[in-house]
Amino acid sequence: MKFIKFLIAGVLFGIVMAKSEAISWYRIQEMFRFQSFHMFGIIGVAVVLGMIGVALIKKFNLKDIYGQPIKFIDKEKSITSYLVGGIIFGLGWALTGACPGPIVVNIGYGFISLIVVFLFATLGTYLYGIVKDKMPH
Amino acid sequence: MSIVELLKQPWHWAVAGTVLAAVKFILVFFGQSFGFSTNLRTICAACGAGTQIIFFKFDWKAQIWNLVFLVGAIFGGFIAHHYLSTDAPVQIASSTIADLQKLHIAAPIGLQPAELFSLDALFTVKGFSILAIGGLLIGFGTRYAGGCTSGHAISGLSNLQLPSLIAVIGFFIGGLIMTFLIFPLIF
Repeated sequence: MKFIKFLIAGVLFGIVMAKSEAISWYRIQEMFRFQSFHMFGIIGVAVVLGMIGVALIKKFNLKDIYGQPIKFIDKEKSITSYLVGGIIFGLGWALTGACPGPIVVNIGYGFISLIVVFLFATLGTYLYGIVKDKMPH
Repeated sequence: MSIVELLKQPWHWAVAGTVLAAVKFILVFFGQSFGFSTNLRTICAACGAGTQIIFFKFDWKAQIWNLVFLVGAIFGGFIAHHYLSTDAPVQIASSTIADLQKLHIAAPIGLQPAELFSLDALFTVKGFSILAIGGLLIGFGTRYAGGCTSGHAISGLSNLQLPSLIAVIGFFIGGLIMTFLIFPLIF
């Protein structure tokens, strides 16, 4: 039962990604061609509200539902891994029109060929695990 | 117009962005953080990859909540299609339609292009390769960058993280290279 709240949060995420058409390859193409504000609006509103919320949580030292202080962990300082990893992901994002969340939302929507994308994405993460120590970070 | 009829229409970006921020803070107040691509690492670990590869040797069971979230997202897609959809074509910009037609991709008749995601396309060498290579790039790149659109663009930027800004700039460099340099070669 302790997981049911995450199931509900996931359902909400899936519905909003599908209903905003953020899971559509066409919308991602429109974004990368800078021909509509739609995707920038979605991400922009989420980020601005996110910034406000994080700032408020920090200012008022808010706690989670278990009474633990909410902590935001700083990302490790680096440039290479974020930039090069980001570029590699961006290539795949534009090609399939889906980032990891929308891949599975698409599968639920009925576009079952995205199962192939999901399996190969898992394989891609596995390959990264193998070569991680040889990669510049 | 009833509420259900309203929900069946495509959602405005401001509504979608607000709900996405709400999802993020629901997870935060549940003691977790919003980052979807971590699930790929968790699945590798749950399948036993940790016995040989140190990167997958971690307490993956602490990430079960995220796998449950993933399952919920699949249900969410199902519900959106079967109960909250009009099956109208995606209303993308006419300039995008014109650009895509030059790449032999027809104007939308639904949510996704048949040229990429139909089963007919899947069972061609080119169609399968696009999905497989795309998946490899996503899985490798997100882990190398330490996150995807949720972990970096939403969670990271919300927390004013410079690494996340670098990653998001990387996402766009990669996306622009694919769209403007590689698409004309493959479509």
